[in-house]
Amino acid sequence: MNWQAVKAIYIFEMARFFRTLMQSFISPVISTSLYFVVFGAAIGSRIEQVEGVSYGAFIVPGLIMLSVITQAISNASFGIYFPKFIGTIYELLSAPISFLEIVMGYVGAAATKAMFIGLVILGTAALFVDLSIQHPIAMLLFLVLTCLSFSLFGFIIGIWAGNFEQLQLVPLLVVTPLVFLGGSFYSISMLPEAWQAVALFNPVVYLISGFRWAFFGMADVPIGLSLLAIGLFTGLCMGAIWWIFKTGWKIRN
Amino acid sequence: MAAIVEIENVKKVYDGGFEALKGVTLNIAEGEILALLGPNGAGKTTLISAVCGLAQPTSGRIRVGGHDVVSDFRAARNLVGLVPQEVNLEPFETVWRTVRFSRGLFGKAKDDKLIEKILRQLSLWDKKDTAIRALSGGMKRRVLIAKALSHEPRVLFLDEPTAGVDVELRRDMWEIVAGLKADGVTIILTTHYIEEAEAIADRIGVINKGQLLLVEDKDALMTRMGQKQLRIELQGRISDIPQELAEFNLQMAEGGEALIYTYDTRAERTGIAKLMAAMSAAGLVLRDLATSQNSLEDIFVGLVHEEEGAA
Repeated sequence: MNWQAVKAIYIFEMARFFRTLMQSFISPVISTSLYFVVFGAAIGSRIEQVEGVSYGAFIVPGLIMLSVITQAISNASFGIYFPKFIGTIYELLSAPISFLEIVMGYVGAAATKAMFIGLVILGTAALFVDLSIQHPIAMLLFLVLTCLSFSLFGFIIGIWAGNFEQLQLVPLLVVTPLVFLGGSFYSISMLPEAWQAVALFNPVVYLISGFRWAFFGMADVPIGLSLLAIGLFTGLCMGAIWWIFKTGWKIRN
Repeated sequence: MAAIVEIENVKKVYDGGFEALKGVTLNIAEGEILALLGPNGAGKTTLISAVCGLAQPTSGRIRVGGHDVVSDFRAARNLVGLVPQEVNLEPFETVWRTVRFSRGLFGKAKDDKLIEKILRQLSLWDKKDTAIRALSGGMKRRVLIAKALSHEPRVLFLDEPTAGVDVELRRDMWEIVAGLKADGVTIILTTHYIEEAEAIADRIGVINKGQLLLVEDKDALMTRMGQKQLRIELQGRISDIPQELAEFNLQMAEGGEALIYTYDTRAERTGIAKLMAAMSAAGLVLRDLATSQNSLEDIFVGLVHEEEGAA
Protein backbone atom coordinates (compact mmCIF):
# COMPACT_ATOMS: atom_id res chain seq x y z
CA MET A 1 0.00 0.00 0.00
CA ASN A 2 1.42 3.34 -1.10
CA TRP A 3 0.22 5.56 1.74
CA GLN A 4 2.34 8.46 0.57
CA ALA A 5 0.36 8.51 -2.64
CA VAL A 6 -3.00 8.40 -0.85
CA LYS A 7 -1.82 11.30 1.29
CA ALA A 8 -0.53 13.22 -1.74
CA ILE A 9 -3.82 12.87 -3.61
CA TYR A 10 -5.83 13.72 -0.51
CA ILE A 11 -3.81 16.85 0.24
CA PHE A 12 -3.79 17.96 -3.39
CA GLU A 13 -7.57 17.59 -3.60
CA MET A 14 -8.16 19.34 -0.30
CA ALA A 15 -6.00 22.22 -1.53
CA ARG A 16 -8.52 22.78 -4.31
CA PHE A 17 -11.18 23.03 -1.63
CA PHE A 18 -9.23 25.46 0.53
CA ARG A 19 -8.39 27.60 -2.48
CA THR A 20 -12.09 28.23 -2.85
CA LEU A 21 -12.83 28.07 0.85
CA MET A 22 -15.01 31.15 0.91
CA GLN A 23 -17.22 29.80 -1.86
CA SER A 24 -17.26 26.36 -0.29
CA PHE A 25 -18.24 27.86 3.04
CA ILE A 26 -20.51 30.71 2.10
CA SER A 27 -22.72 29.02 -0.47
CA PRO A 28 -24.09 26.34 1.88
CA VAL A 29 -24.55 28.95 4.63
CA ILE A 30 -26.53 31.20 2.31
CA SER A 31 -28.61 28.43 0.78
CA THR A 32 -29.41 26.97 4.20
CA SER A 33 -30.45 30.37 5.44
CA LEU A 34 -32.68 30.77 2.39
CA TYR A 35 -34.29 27.40 3.02
CA PHE A 36 -35.01 28.47 6.57
CA VAL A 37 -36.52 31.73 5.43
CA VAL A 38 -38.72 30.05 2.84
CA PHE A 39 -39.60 26.75 4.48
CA GLY A 40 -39.05 27.51 8.12
CA ALA A 41 -40.55 30.97 8.39
CA ALA A 42 -42.99 31.26 5.48
CA ILE A 43 -44.36 27.73 5.23
CA GLY A 44 -43.39 26.52 8.68
CA SER A 45 -45.60 29.14 10.31
CA ARG A 46 -48.57 27.33 8.79
CA ILE A 47 -47.39 23.79 9.56
CA GLU A 48 -45.87 24.42 12.97
CA GLN A 49 -45.29 20.84 14.03
CA VAL A 50 -44.63 17.50 12.41
CA GLU A 51 -45.12 14.63 14.82
CA GLY A 52 -44.21 16.78 17.76
CA VAL A 53 -41.16 18.48 16.21
CA SER A 54 -41.25 22.09 15.07
CA TYR A 55 -41.21 22.27 11.27
CA GLY A 56 -38.05 24.40 11.29
CA ALA A 57 -36.17 21.68 13.16
CA PHE A 58 -37.87 18.89 11.21
CA ILE A 59 -36.32 19.95 7.90
CA VAL A 60 -32.75 20.22 9.25
CA PRO A 61 -31.76 16.55 8.68
CA GLY A 62 -33.25 16.63 5.18
CA LEU A 63 -31.45 19.87 4.36
CA ILE A 64 -28.14 18.46 5.53
CA MET A 65 -28.68 15.29 3.51
CA LEU A 66 -29.64 17.27 0.43
CA SER A 67 -26.42 19.28 0.51
CA VAL A 68 -24.19 16.44 1.63
CA ILE A 69 -25.38 14.13 -1.15
CA THR A 70 -25.09 16.82 -3.81
CA GLN A 71 -21.69 17.95 -2.58
CA ALA A 72 -20.29 14.44 -2.23
CA ILE A 73 -21.29 13.57 -5.78
CA SER A 74 -20.12 16.79 -7.36
CA ASN A 75 -16.80 16.87 -5.49
CA ALA A 76 -15.93 13.25 -6.18
CA SER A 77 -17.09 13.23 -9.79
CA PHE A 78 -15.29 16.47 -10.59
CA GLY A 79 -12.20 15.36 -8.66
CA ILE A 80 -11.55 12.40 -10.95
CA TYR A 81 -13.13 13.85 -14.10
CA PHE A 82 -10.92 16.95 -14.09
CA PRO A 83 -7.60 15.04 -14.41
CA LYS A 84 -9.19 13.07 -17.23
CA PHE A 85 -10.30 16.29 -18.89
CA ILE A 86 -7.01 18.18 -18.59
CA GLY A 87 -4.90 15.07 -19.16
CA THR A 88 -3.08 14.94 -15.83
CA ILE A 89 -4.48 11.44 -15.33
CA TYR A 90 -1.38 10.19 -17.15
CA GLU A 91 0.50 10.70 -13.93
CA LEU A 92 -1.93 8.65 -11.86
CA LEU A 93 -1.69 5.83 -14.37
CA SER A 94 2.09 5.86 -14.55
CA ALA A 95 2.62 6.08 -10.78
CA PRO A 96 3.31 2.99 -8.66
CA ILE A 97 -0.18 3.05 -7.20
CA SER A 98 -3.17 0.80 -7.58
CA PHE A 99 -6.71 1.88 -8.28
CA LEU A 100 -7.51 1.36 -4.60
CA GLU A 101 -5.14 4.13 -3.59
CA ILE A 102 -6.55 6.45 -6.24
CA VAL A 103 -10.06 5.80 -4.93
CA MET A 104 -9.00 6.29 -1.32
CA GLY A 105 -7.36 9.63 -2.08
CA TYR A 106 -10.13 11.10 -4.21
CA VAL A 107 -13.11 9.65 -2.37
CA GLY A 108 -11.56 10.44 1.00
CA ALA A 109 -11.11 14.08 0.04
CA ALA A 110 -14.60 14.38 -1.48
CA ALA A 111 -16.18 12.78 1.59
CA THR A 112 -14.25 15.12 3.88
CA LYS A 113 -15.49 18.16 1.98
CA ALA A 114 -19.07 16.93 2.04
CA MET A 115 -18.76 16.21 5.76
CA PHE A 116 -17.42 19.70 6.36
CA ILE A 117 -20.33 21.25 4.50
CA GLY A 118 -22.81 19.06 6.38
CA LEU A 119 -21.41 20.29 9.67
CA VAL A 120 -21.48 23.92 8.48
CA ILE A 121 -25.17 23.52 7.64
CA LEU A 122 -25.82 21.94 11.01
CA GLY A 123 -24.12 24.91 12.65
CA THR A 124 -26.09 27.40 10.57
CA ALA A 125 -29.33 25.61 11.33
CA ALA A 126 -28.59 25.78 15.05
CA LEU A 127 -28.68 29.57 14.72
CA PHE A 128 -32.25 29.43 13.43
CA VAL A 129 -33.89 26.68 15.44
CA ASP A 130 -33.50 24.82 18.71
CA LEU A 131 -31.85 21.53 17.88
CA SER A 132 -31.46 18.55 20.10
CA ILE A 133 -29.71 15.45 18.82
CA GLN A 134 -30.98 12.34 20.56
CA HIS A 135 -28.47 9.89 19.08
CA PRO A 136 -25.33 11.88 18.25
CA ILE A 137 -23.21 8.82 17.45
CA ALA A 138 -25.81 7.42 15.06
CA MET A 139 -26.12 10.89 13.53
CA LEU A 140 -22.38 11.01 12.85
CA LEU A 141 -22.37 7.46 11.56
CA PHE A 142 -25.14 8.24 9.08
CA LEU A 143 -23.39 11.41 8.02
CA VAL A 144 -20.06 9.64 7.47
CA LEU A 145 -21.65 6.74 5.59
CA THR A 146 -23.66 9.08 3.39
CA CYS A 147 -20.59 11.20 2.60
CA LEU A 148 -18.59 8.10 1.82
CA SER A 149 -21.14 6.21 -0.26
CA PHE A 150 -22.17 9.19 -2.37
CA SER A 151 -18.55 10.13 -2.88
CA LEU A 152 -17.97 6.61 -4.19
CA PHE A 153 -21.01 7.05 -6.39
CA GLY A 154 -19.71 10.42 -7.61
CA PHE A 155 -16.34 8.84 -8.37
CA ILE A 156 -18.05 6.30 -10.61
CA ILE A 157 -19.90 9.09 -12.41
CA GLY A 158 -16.63 10.95 -12.88
CA ILE A 159 -14.98 7.88 -14.41
CA TRP A 160 -17.98 7.25 -16.64
CA ALA A 161 -18.53 10.82 -17.83
CA GLY A 162 -17.13 11.64 -21.24
CA ASN A 163 -17.95 15.34 -21.07
CA PHE A 164 -19.18 18.01 -18.70
CA GLU A 165 -22.83 17.48 -19.68
CA GLN A 166 -22.68 13.84 -18.66
CA LEU A 167 -21.00 14.89 -15.44
CA GLN A 168 -24.11 16.93 -14.60
CA LEU A 169 -26.62 14.48 -16.00
CA VAL A 170 -26.93 11.94 -13.19
CA PRO A 171 -26.94 14.46 -10.33
CA LEU A 172 -29.48 16.61 -12.12
CA LEU A 173 -31.82 14.00 -13.51
CA VAL A 174 -31.62 11.30 -10.87
CA VAL A 175 -30.18 12.46 -7.60
CA THR A 176 -31.85 15.84 -7.12
CA PRO A 177 -35.38 14.50 -7.77
CA LEU A 178 -34.75 11.50 -5.50
CA VAL A 179 -33.52 13.73 -2.72
CA PHE A 180 -36.36 16.24 -3.07
CA LEU A 181 -38.91 13.45 -3.22
CA GLY A 182 -37.16 11.57 -0.44
CA GLY A 183 -38.84 13.42 2.37
CA SER A 184 -36.33 16.22 2.94
CA PHE A 185 -39.10 18.69 3.65
CA TYR A 186 -41.96 16.47 4.73
CA SER A 187 -42.73 13.19 6.40
CA ILE A 188 -43.64 10.33 4.10
CA SER A 189 -46.72 9.82 6.27
CA MET A 190 -48.00 13.20 5.00
CA LEU A 191 -48.31 11.73 1.48
CA PRO A 192 -51.46 10.03 0.10
CA GLU A 193 -51.25 6.30 0.68
CA ALA A 194 -50.52 5.35 -2.92
CA TRP A 195 -47.58 7.75 -2.99
CA GLN A 196 -46.33 6.43 0.31
CA ALA A 197 -45.92 3.03 -1.35
CA VAL A 198 -44.09 4.60 -4.30
CA ALA A 199 -41.84 6.56 -1.97
CA LEU A 200 -40.58 3.33 -0.41
CA PHE A 201 -38.82 2.58 -3.70
CA ASN A 202 -36.78 5.74 -3.31
CA PRO A 203 -33.51 4.78 -1.59
CA VAL A 204 -32.99 8.30 -0.32
CA VAL A 205 -36.12 7.98 1.85
CA TYR A 206 -34.27 5.44 4.00
CA LEU A 207 -31.28 7.73 4.43
CA ILE A 208 -33.24 10.79 5.41
CA SER A 209 -35.51 8.79 7.64
CA GLY A 210 -32.59 7.21 9.46
CA PHE A 211 -30.79 10.51 9.77
CA ARG A 212 -33.92 12.17 11.14
CA TRP A 213 -34.30 9.36 13.63
CA ALA A 214 -30.82 10.15 14.94
CA PHE A 215 -31.98 13.71 15.63
CA PHE A 216 -35.53 13.29 16.90
CA GLY A 217 -36.07 9.60 17.49
CA MET A 218 -38.78 9.47 14.84
CA ALA A 219 -38.64 7.78 11.47
CA ASP A 220 -40.70 6.94 8.39
CA VAL A 221 -39.12 3.50 8.11
CA PRO A 222 -37.51 1.31 10.79
CA ILE A 223 -33.98 2.41 11.64
CA GLY A 224 -32.58 -1.05 10.88
CA LEU A 225 -33.89 -0.77 7.35
CA SER A 226 -32.22 2.61 6.97
CA LEU A 227 -28.89 1.16 8.05
CA LEU A 228 -29.36 -1.74 5.68
CA ALA A 229 -30.12 0.65 2.80
CA ILE A 230 -27.04 2.78 3.30
CA GLY A 231 -24.92 -0.34 3.81
CA LEU A 232 -26.28 -1.84 0.61
CA PHE A 233 -25.68 1.32 -1.38
CA THR A 234 -22.11 1.59 -0.12
CA GLY A 235 -21.58 -2.06 -1.00
CA LEU A 236 -22.99 -1.59 -4.50
CA CYS A 237 -20.72 1.38 -5.17
CA MET A 238 -17.69 -0.51 -3.91
CA GLY A 239 -18.61 -3.44 -6.14
CA ALA A 240 -18.89 -1.17 -9.16
CA ILE A 241 -15.53 0.41 -8.36
CA TRP A 242 -13.95 -2.99 -7.95
CA TRP A 243 -15.25 -3.91 -11.41
CA ILE A 244 -13.87 -0.69 -12.92
CA PHE A 245 -10.54 -1.49 -11.31
CA LYS A 246 -10.53 -5.03 -12.70
CA THR A 247 -11.40 -4.05 -16.24
CA GLY A 248 -9.70 -0.65 -16.49
CA TRP A 249 -13.01 0.61 -17.90
CA LYS A 250 -12.76 4.12 -19.38
CA ILE A 251 -9.33 4.64 -17.83
CA ARG A 252 -6.61 2.55 -19.36
CA ASN A 253 -6.29 1.77 -23.04
CA MET B 1 25.92 -2.93 -19.95
CA ALA B 2 22.86 -4.69 -18.60
CA ALA B 3 19.49 -3.87 -20.10
CA ILE B 4 17.31 -1.83 -17.76
CA VAL B 5 14.30 -1.87 -20.09
CA GLU B 6 13.46 -5.10 -21.93
CA ILE B 7 10.69 -5.00 -24.48
CA GLU B 8 9.83 -8.41 -25.91
CA ASN B 9 7.67 -8.77 -28.98
CA VAL B 10 5.13 -6.22 -27.80
CA LYS B 11 1.97 -5.86 -29.82
CA LYS B 12 -0.79 -3.37 -29.24
CA VAL B 13 -4.14 -3.47 -30.96
CA TYR B 14 -6.53 -0.69 -30.01
CA ASP B 15 -10.24 -1.32 -29.56
CA GLY B 16 -11.04 -0.06 -33.04
CA GLY B 17 -8.76 -2.75 -34.49
CA PHE B 18 -5.88 -0.39 -35.22
CA GLU B 19 -2.57 -2.18 -34.79
CA ALA B 20 -0.31 0.44 -33.24
CA LEU B 21 2.58 -1.89 -32.42
CA LYS B 22 3.34 -4.96 -34.50
CA GLY B 23 5.74 -6.88 -32.33
CA VAL B 24 8.47 -4.58 -31.07
CA THR B 25 11.54 -6.01 -29.40
CA LEU B 26 14.04 -3.63 -27.90
CA ASN B 27 16.57 -3.68 -25.07
CA ILE B 28 17.69 -0.43 -23.57
CA ALA B 29 20.98 -0.43 -21.69
CA GLU B 30 21.34 1.24 -18.35
CA GLY B 31 22.72 4.76 -18.65
CA GLU B 32 22.27 5.20 -22.38
CA ILE B 33 20.32 7.80 -24.29
CA LEU B 34 18.14 6.25 -26.93
CA ALA B 35 16.36 8.41 -29.48
CA LEU B 36 13.30 6.99 -31.18
CA LEU B 37 12.64 8.60 -34.51
CA GLY B 38 9.52 8.19 -36.52
CA PRO B 39 6.76 10.04 -38.32
CA ASN B 40 3.46 10.92 -36.66
CA GLY B 41 1.41 7.87 -35.81
CA ALA B 42 4.42 5.55 -36.03
CA GLY B 43 3.77 4.06 -32.59
CA LYS B 44 6.35 5.98 -30.56
CA THR B 45 3.90 7.22 -27.97
CA THR B 46 2.11 3.87 -27.79
CA LEU B 47 5.41 2.16 -27.07
CA ILE B 48 6.18 4.61 -24.28
CA SER B 49 2.64 4.29 -22.95
CA ALA B 50 3.00 0.53 -22.77
CA VAL B 51 6.19 0.80 -20.73
CA CYS B 52 4.80 3.47 -18.41
CA GLY B 53 1.45 1.83 -17.70
CA LEU B 54 -0.82 4.11 -19.73
CA ALA B 55 -1.68 1.36 -22.19
CA GLN B 56 -1.72 -2.37 -21.73
CA PRO B 57 0.09 -4.34 -24.41
CA THR B 58 -2.14 -6.80 -26.23
CA SER B 59 0.69 -9.35 -26.14
CA GLY B 60 4.38 -9.51 -25.36
CA ARG B 61 6.10 -8.48 -22.18
CA ILE B 62 7.97 -5.52 -20.83
CA ARG B 63 10.34 -5.42 -17.89
CA VAL B 64 11.96 -2.47 -16.22
CA GLY B 65 14.87 -3.23 -13.93
CA GLY B 66 13.82 -6.87 -14.18
CA HIS B 67 10.28 -6.16 -12.94
CA ASP B 68 7.34 -6.98 -15.18
CA VAL B 69 5.36 -3.79 -15.83
CA VAL B 70 2.03 -5.58 -15.41
CA SER B 71 2.46 -8.19 -12.69
CA ASP B 72 5.02 -6.23 -10.68
CA PHE B 73 3.91 -2.76 -11.65
CA ARG B 74 4.83 -1.02 -8.43
CA ALA B 75 8.48 -2.00 -8.54
CA ALA B 76 8.67 -1.28 -12.28
CA ARG B 77 6.96 2.10 -12.19
CA ASN B 78 9.04 3.18 -9.21
CA LEU B 79 11.98 3.35 -11.58
CA VAL B 80 10.26 5.18 -14.41
CA GLY B 81 9.60 8.86 -15.00
CA LEU B 82 7.51 10.15 -17.88
CA VAL B 83 7.45 13.55 -19.54
CA PRO B 84 4.41 13.40 -21.78
CA GLN B 85 4.07 14.98 -25.17
CA GLU B 86 1.03 17.06 -24.28
CA VAL B 87 1.39 19.78 -21.68
CA ASN B 88 -0.97 18.20 -19.17
CA LEU B 89 -0.90 20.22 -15.98
CA GLU B 90 -3.34 21.32 -13.32
CA PRO B 91 -3.78 25.00 -14.31
CA PHE B 92 -4.80 26.43 -10.96
CA GLU B 93 -2.08 24.92 -8.81
CA THR B 94 1.32 26.40 -8.10
CA VAL B 95 4.51 24.94 -9.49
CA TRP B 96 5.69 23.97 -6.03
CA ARG B 97 2.58 22.03 -5.04
CA THR B 98 2.33 20.32 -8.40
CA VAL B 99 5.90 19.04 -8.27
CA ARG B 100 5.61 17.96 -4.65
CA PHE B 101 2.42 16.11 -5.50
CA SER B 102 4.27 14.04 -8.09
CA ARG B 103 6.86 12.98 -5.56
CA GLY B 104 4.16 11.90 -3.12
CA LEU B 105 2.30 10.02 -5.81
CA PHE B 106 5.37 7.88 -6.40
CA GLY B 107 5.45 7.02 -2.73
CA LYS B 108 8.58 8.97 -1.92
CA ALA B 109 8.93 10.76 1.40
CA LYS B 110 8.82 14.54 1.34
CA ASP B 111 12.15 16.06 0.33
CA ASP B 112 11.87 19.81 -0.16
CA LYS B 113 15.63 20.18 -0.59
CA LEU B 114 15.56 17.94 -3.62
CA ILE B 115 12.53 19.68 -5.13
CA GLU B 116 14.29 23.00 -4.64
CA LYS B 117 17.38 21.65 -6.38
CA ILE B 118 15.33 20.40 -9.33
CA LEU B 119 13.41 23.66 -9.67
CA ARG B 120 16.64 25.67 -9.56
CA GLN B 121 18.21 23.39 -12.15
CA LEU B 122 15.28 23.99 -14.46
CA SER B 123 15.22 27.76 -13.81
CA LEU B 124 11.80 27.40 -12.20
CA TRP B 125 12.69 28.45 -8.69
CA ASP B 126 11.51 32.06 -9.19
CA LYS B 127 8.19 30.74 -10.39
CA LYS B 128 7.61 28.22 -7.65
CA ASP B 129 4.60 30.04 -6.21
CA THR B 130 3.12 30.94 -9.58
CA ALA B 131 -0.05 29.22 -10.73
CA ILE B 132 0.71 27.06 -13.73
CA ARG B 133 -1.79 28.75 -16.04
CA ALA B 134 0.30 31.95 -15.73
CA LEU B 135 3.43 30.27 -17.10
CA SER B 136 4.67 30.42 -20.67
CA GLY B 137 4.59 27.29 -22.82
CA GLY B 138 8.30 26.67 -22.34
CA MET B 139 8.02 27.02 -18.58
CA LYS B 140 5.16 24.52 -18.53
CA ARG B 141 7.38 22.00 -20.31
CA ARG B 142 9.98 22.53 -17.62
CA VAL B 143 7.35 21.86 -14.97
CA LEU B 144 6.55 18.55 -16.67
CA ILE B 145 10.22 17.63 -16.47
CA ALA B 146 10.44 18.74 -12.86
CA LYS B 147 7.47 16.53 -12.01
CA ALA B 148 9.09 13.54 -13.65
CA LEU B 149 12.41 14.17 -11.90
CA SER B 150 10.84 14.79 -8.49
CA HIS B 151 10.63 11.07 -7.78
CA GLU B 152 14.20 10.33 -8.86
CA PRO B 153 13.54 7.93 -11.75
CA ARG B 154 16.26 5.62 -13.04
CA VAL B 155 14.68 5.60 -16.48
CA LEU B 156 13.22 8.75 -17.98
CA PHE B 157 10.93 8.83 -20.99
CA LEU B 158 10.73 12.11 -22.84
CA ASP B 159 7.95 12.08 -25.40
CA GLU B 160 8.82 14.77 -27.92
CA PRO B 161 10.22 17.10 -25.31
CA THR B 162 11.17 19.79 -27.78
CA ALA B 163 8.15 19.78 -30.09
CA GLY B 164 7.14 23.40 -30.56
CA VAL B 165 9.68 24.92 -28.20
CA ASP B 166 12.08 27.70 -29.09
CA VAL B 167 15.73 27.16 -29.90
CA GLU B 168 16.95 28.35 -26.54
CA LEU B 169 14.77 26.00 -24.58
CA ARG B 170 15.76 23.16 -26.85
CA ARG B 171 19.42 23.80 -26.07
CA ASP B 172 18.57 23.95 -22.35
CA MET B 173 16.71 20.70 -22.68
CA TRP B 174 19.71 19.03 -24.27
CA GLU B 175 21.88 20.25 -21.41
CA ILE B 176 19.43 18.89 -18.87
CA VAL B 177 19.47 15.53 -20.63
CA ALA B 178 23.26 15.51 -20.64
CA GLY B 179 23.24 16.29 -16.92
CA LEU B 180 20.86 13.44 -16.21
CA LYS B 181 22.97 11.05 -18.19
CA ALA B 182 25.94 12.09 -16.10
CA ASP B 183 23.91 11.07 -13.04
CA GLY B 184 23.39 7.66 -14.60
CA VAL B 185 19.76 8.09 -15.64
CA THR B 186 18.71 6.09 -18.70
CA ILE B 187 16.88 8.30 -21.17
CA ILE B 188 14.54 7.39 -23.97
CA LEU B 189 13.33 10.27 -26.06
CA THR B 190 11.11 10.42 -29.08
CA THR B 191 11.56 13.15 -31.57
CA HIS B 192 10.79 14.34 -35.06
CA TYR B 193 14.01 16.29 -35.17
CA ILE B 194 16.86 14.35 -36.58
CA GLU B 195 19.43 16.89 -35.46
CA GLU B 196 18.16 16.37 -31.93
CA ALA B 197 18.87 12.67 -32.12
CA GLU B 198 22.27 13.44 -33.62
CA ALA B 199 23.06 15.93 -30.89
CA ILE B 200 22.29 13.92 -27.79
CA ALA B 201 21.61 10.25 -28.43
CA ASP B 202 23.95 7.28 -27.96
CA ARG B 203 21.71 5.03 -30.01
CA ILE B 204 19.05 5.75 -32.54
CA GLY B 205 15.97 3.70 -33.29
CA VAL B 206 13.68 4.27 -36.23
CA ILE B 207 10.06 3.25 -35.87
CA ASN B 208 7.33 3.36 -38.47
CA LYS B 209 3.87 1.84 -38.68
CA GLY B 210 4.31 -0.02 -35.42
CA GLN B 211 7.61 -1.64 -36.37
CA LEU B 212 11.10 -0.94 -35.25
CA LEU B 213 13.03 -0.64 -38.50
CA LEU B 214 16.48 -0.05 -37.13
CA VAL B 215 18.34 0.39 -33.87
CA GLU B 216 21.94 1.37 -34.23
CA ASP B 217 24.72 3.15 -32.43
CA LYS B 218 24.72 6.73 -33.44
CA ASP B 219 28.43 6.55 -34.23
CA ALA B 220 27.88 3.69 -36.66
CA LEU B 221 25.16 5.68 -38.30
CA MET B 222 27.40 8.71 -38.42
CA THR B 223 30.07 6.65 -40.14
CA ARG B 224 27.52 5.75 -42.75
CA MET B 225 26.67 9.39 -42.99
CA GLY B 226 30.33 10.26 -43.30
CA GLN B 227 30.31 8.47 -46.62
CA LYS B 228 30.07 10.57 -49.71
CA GLN B 229 29.25 9.54 -53.18
CA LEU B 230 30.86 10.82 -56.32
CA ARG B 231 28.73 10.49 -59.38
CA ILE B 232 30.61 10.44 -62.65
CA GLU B 233 28.65 10.89 -65.84
CA LEU B 234 30.33 9.52 -68.95
CA GLN B 235 30.40 10.73 -72.51
CA GLY B 236 29.47 7.33 -73.82
CA ARG B 237 27.82 4.20 -72.54
CA ILE B 238 29.82 1.28 -71.14
CA SER B 239 28.60 -2.24 -70.70
CA ASP B 240 31.13 -3.36 -68.06
CA ILE B 241 33.31 -1.63 -65.56
CA PRO B 242 36.83 -1.86 -66.95
CA GLN B 243 39.10 -4.30 -65.12
CA GLU B 244 41.60 -1.55 -64.24
CA LEU B 245 38.97 0.17 -62.10
CA ALA B 246 38.03 -2.90 -60.04
CA GLU B 247 39.83 -1.69 -56.90
CA PHE B 248 37.51 1.32 -56.64
CA ASN B 249 34.34 -0.74 -56.13
CA LEU B 250 32.40 1.36 -58.58
CA GLN B 251 28.72 0.93 -59.22
CA MET B 252 27.13 1.40 -62.61
CA ALA B 253 24.13 3.65 -62.93
CA GLU B 254 21.77 4.80 -65.65
CA GLY B 255 22.44 1.76 -67.77
CA GLY B 256 26.15 2.43 -68.05
CA GLU B 257 26.10 6.19 -68.63
CA ALA B 258 27.26 6.95 -65.11
CA LEU B 259 29.48 5.49 -62.41
CA ILE B 260 29.18 5.94 -58.66
CA TYR B 261 32.18 5.99 -56.38
CA THR B 262 31.68 5.84 -52.61
CA TYR B 263 34.40 7.25 -50.37
CA ASP B 264 34.95 8.30 -46.79
CA THR B 265 35.47 12.02 -46.28
CA ARG B 266 37.29 11.37 -43.03
CA ALA B 267 39.88 9.05 -44.57
CA GLU B 268 43.33 10.41 -45.22
CA ARG B 269 42.98 10.06 -48.96
CA THR B 270 39.67 10.05 -50.77
CA GLY B 271 41.17 8.25 -53.74
CA ILE B 272 39.49 10.60 -56.18
CA ALA B 273 42.67 11.78 -57.91
CA LYS B 274 43.78 8.20 -58.32
CA LEU B 275 40.40 7.23 -59.74
CA MET B 276 40.48 10.09 -62.22
CA ALA B 277 43.93 9.05 -63.40
CA ALA B 278 42.86 5.42 -63.72
CA MET B 279 39.75 6.40 -65.64
CA SER B 280 41.58 8.45 -68.21
CA ALA B 281 44.10 5.62 -68.52
CA ALA B 282 41.17 3.30 -69.25
CA GLY B 283 40.01 5.70 -71.91
CA LEU B 284 36.77 6.86 -70.26
CA VAL B 285 35.75 10.45 -71.00
CA LEU B 286 33.89 12.43 -68.35
CA ARG B 287 30.93 14.62 -69.03
CA ASP B 288 30.07 15.79 -65.48
CA LEU B 289 30.76 15.18 -61.80
CA ALA B 290 28.54 15.54 -58.76
CA THR B 291 28.92 14.61 -55.10
CA SER B 292 26.26 13.84 -52.54
CA GLN B 293 26.29 13.02 -48.85
CA ASN B 294 24.16 10.67 -46.77
CA SER B 295 22.49 12.27 -43.82
CA LEU B 296 20.59 10.62 -41.03
CA GLU B 297 17.57 12.15 -42.66
CA ASP B 298 18.28 10.27 -45.90
CA ILE B 299 18.68 7.05 -44.01
CA PHE B 300 15.47 7.73 -42.13
CA VAL B 301 13.44 8.74 -45.17
CA GLY B 302 14.89 5.81 -47.10
CA LEU B 303 13.86 3.34 -44.41
CA VAL B 304 10.40 4.75 -44.05
CA HIS B 305 9.83 4.75 -47.80
CA GLU B 306 11.27 1.30 -48.29
CA GLU B 307 8.73 0.16 -45.72
CA GLU B 308 5.91 1.91 -47.54
CA GLY B 309 7.03 0.47 -50.85
CA ALA B 310 6.98 -3.03 -49.38
CA ALA B 311 3.53 -2.58 -47.87
